[in-house]
Amino acid sequence: MILAVAAPLSELLSFGDKGYGDEMFWGAVKSVEIAFFAYAFGLVLGLLGAIGKLSGGPILKMILEGYTTIVRAVPELVLILLLYYAGTDSINGLLKLVGHDPIEVNGLVAAIFVLGFVQGAYSTEVLRAAIQAVPLGQIEAAKAYGMSAFGQFRRIVLPAMLPNAIPGLANLWLNVTKDSALISVVGFTELALATRQAAGVSKQYFVLYLVAQAIYLSISLSSTFLFARLERYVRRGQPKLA
Amino acid sequence: MSDAASRNWREVVMRWDWLPTYFPFLLHGLMVTLMILVFSVVVGFILAVPIGLAQVTVSLATRSFAKAFCNYIRGTPLLTQIWLLYYGVGSLFPLIPGMRENFMWLIRLDAIYYVLLAFTLSFAGYEAEIMRGAFLSVPRGELEAARAFGMSPWKVTSRVWFPRAVLQVLPTLTGEVIGQLKSTPLAFTVPVMDLMGATSKIRQDTYIIYEPLIFLALIYMALTFIITRAFGYFERLIPTRR
Repeated sequence: MILAVAAPLSELLSFGDKGYGDEMFWGAVKSVEIAFFAYAFGLVLGLLGAIGKLSGGPILKMILEGYTTIVRAVPELVLILLLYYAGTDSINGLLKLVGHDPIEVNGLVAAIFVLGFVQGAYSTEVLRAAIQAVPLGQIEAAKAYGMSAFGQFRRIVLPAMLPNAIPGLANLWLNVTKDSALISVVGFTELALATRQAAGVSKQYFVLYLVAQAIYLSISLSSTFLFARLERYVRRGQPKLA
Repeated sequence: MSDAASRNWREVVMRWDWLPTYFPFLLHGLMVTLMILVFSVVVGFILAVPIGLAQVTVSLATRSFAKAFCNYIRGTPLLTQIWLLYYGVGSLFPLIPGMRENFMWLIRLDAIYYVLLAFTLSFAGYEAEIMRGAFLSVPRGELEAARAFGMSPWKVTSRVWFPRAVLQVLPTLTGEVIGQLKSTPLAFTVPVMDLMGATSKIRQDTYIIYEPLIFLALIYMALTFIITRAFGYFERLIPTRR
């Protein structure tokens, strides 16, 4: 039985009309693309959010507190559905107001924005905690040297907070690669949905899901390796952790 | 507000007339979600202890097996794990000779059992990784002292190593349980009528897009709040020295 399943694997995964290799390959590319841009967008939101939380006015702080609390208390899947429909609807609503016909919102762009918005809340908290852990004296010393606000951030705060932030940011990257599979629920064909479609046609559910998981696992393991090297790099010159 | 505008406003934000009709339905969904959560957390934690312990014991075989299990669980999306079990393994059962005659119940097994298994293994994988760290962080001296008293390896583990490790893990358990709660909506991607499944059924029946999802988000926020409070209460009951 196992042989009967394993034998057609090369055919099953071949590129072209017969196999599903190309569908799954492009699905994996889409998954990585979603994860990468959503992560980058989340980092931008997170950095702005962290700076806002640490040095913003009371109203900005309240808004950011609401953003991080709500987003982190609601399941990603629910948020993705809500934001996906709300986002595409409000764009078309705006277009209607200016007398434009409704457009089909690009699924990839919508997925990136939705996942990035969710990631942003988590990044905000990671970066805020990392910045807060930088000894105040170092920042005061930078001020005393007459550095500009941007100079203080680039030369002192950023290099000093990265060792604190990298483990949390690595976790967020691993999360977003896995959360990209949730986008399949709104019907965007990334790796999980491509696999589901291929399995539905070929009836080779078991093998194809295993292959998809192997792809996800190799992404996770190689990312873990790279982040470990990155952490070693940003910790250079620091005393070794126990 | 003009008549048309007020109707428009009602159409956009205010349609809650479905709530009384579907309330029992949602309540049932809530029960299913809570059952998945409680079962997977309790059984998953029980499984996590030996898996965590296996990662710190000397035998290379058990260590690498437990490590591989944790890497697999943590490195692949839970969504694909559920699909692999329900569609993949589920589709293999009818192929086994004699299965149809003797184990028809296994072939006809309801989706909820696959979901329970997937969520339990997932929680076990994440928690085992934390247990591993906790077992490692118990001071060597305490274990050596226990051995010096003539305790057998089993007694050292059950009286010193295990209780000390569990006490270290308990504070992180809140976050893990909330993480597990937030992944429960994934159950609806296979035929299970949890809260999410009930919500999407309501959306299909009534063509209302946002309100059921917003209500769902509110329920999850309330559950997160309750769990945080309850665990905080129990944490304070444990005597700790700071």
